[in-house]
Amino acid sequence: MGISDAQHYQILSLADNSLILGQRLSEMCGHCAKVEIDLAVSNIALDLLGQSRFLYQYLEELTGRSEDSYAMLRSESEYVNILLVEQQNENFAQLIVRQYLFDHYYALHLQEIANNSNDERLIAFAKKTIKENTYHKRFSKSWLLRLGDGTEESHNKTQEALQFLTPYIDEMVSLGAQESSYVQSGEMKDLVSPISDIYYETLVSDFKEATLEWQKPQYHVKGGKDGRHSEHMGYILADLQFMQRAYPDANW
Amino acid sequence: MKAEWPLWEVFVRSKAGLHHQHVGSLHAADEQMALENARDVYTRRQEGISIWVVKSEYITASSPEEQSSFFDPAEDKVYRHPTFYDIPDEVKHM
Repeated sequence: MGISDAQHYQILSLADNSLILGQRLSEMCGHCAKVEIDLAVSNIALDLLGQSRFLYQYLEELTGRSEDSYAMLRSESEYVNILLVEQQNENFAQLIVRQYLFDHYYALHLQEIANNSNDERLIAFAKKTIKENTYHKRFSKSWLLRLGDGTEESHNKTQEALQFLTPYIDEMVSLGAQESSYVQSGEMKDLVSPISDIYYETLVSDFKEATLEWQKPQYHVKGGKDGRHSEHMGYILADLQFMQRAYPDANW
Repeated sequence: MKAEWPLWEVFVRSKAGLHHQHVGSLHAADEQMALENARDVYTRRQEGISIWVVKSEYITASSPEEQSSFFDPAEDKVYRHPTFYDIPDEVKHM
């Protein structure tokens, strides 16, 4: 079955976002302050890994390269996830702000795919994933409100996390260089820029509700979509890929 | 700030028509969080379609010391079981 570079890129970027965020969240398994939150975060991590698996399997069907090879055997610059999902679990506030920012972007992006994609499989994927995402949003938003509008300490930590993560927001809702060229040549639909305005409106009103100070970012850090990652990415991949690199083709 | 969140009891209905059954307990700061935690702790393997949570402190329980006066008198009253009737064959599902 044939596959265009643009189609390949689109599936891969969705898969990589879910894989890397899932990996990040799974680092917290056994380390959250409460067992209930530990399970909630692990559930979300598993949902995300499940999503990435579905997409890598789809790629395997299209290209013949195995799903494991996609997930475990690419080099850093071949991953095209956004920079936000690589950011560390500095503290619970940062985990929640990162999750909130991602979940709310992802909800809009999935809806855009469901409405406007011309790939039947991706449309089906989006419709199924919207259900999971709706619960993730509920979790991250309710915690954003609790922490932002909570104690002085939780408020300050959440405010700090928001400040720290703000430069990574715009990458989600604007096209990367690669994507731009596919869109300009007509090989790919722009399913990202159209959600930008409503995304920023959502952030403004939710941060206000959470009593957090926030302004639309003045400068941005980007590059993940084109394979240029933050310093954290190498460590994530070292964890993720260790087994496959040390024992190639190891199996259960 | 209290170190521990209050305890909640969780009841799950596994399918429509059945009643909610106690499945366990958990900690949460308020009812919304209790409901979300219950979803993540007790229904992640499709165990239910409806959840109730109630603060454990609102449950009034019989005490172990009262066990004999509460429950023993029922022991020798077999006539309270409806086992002395002949049920016609036509009556199914009894």
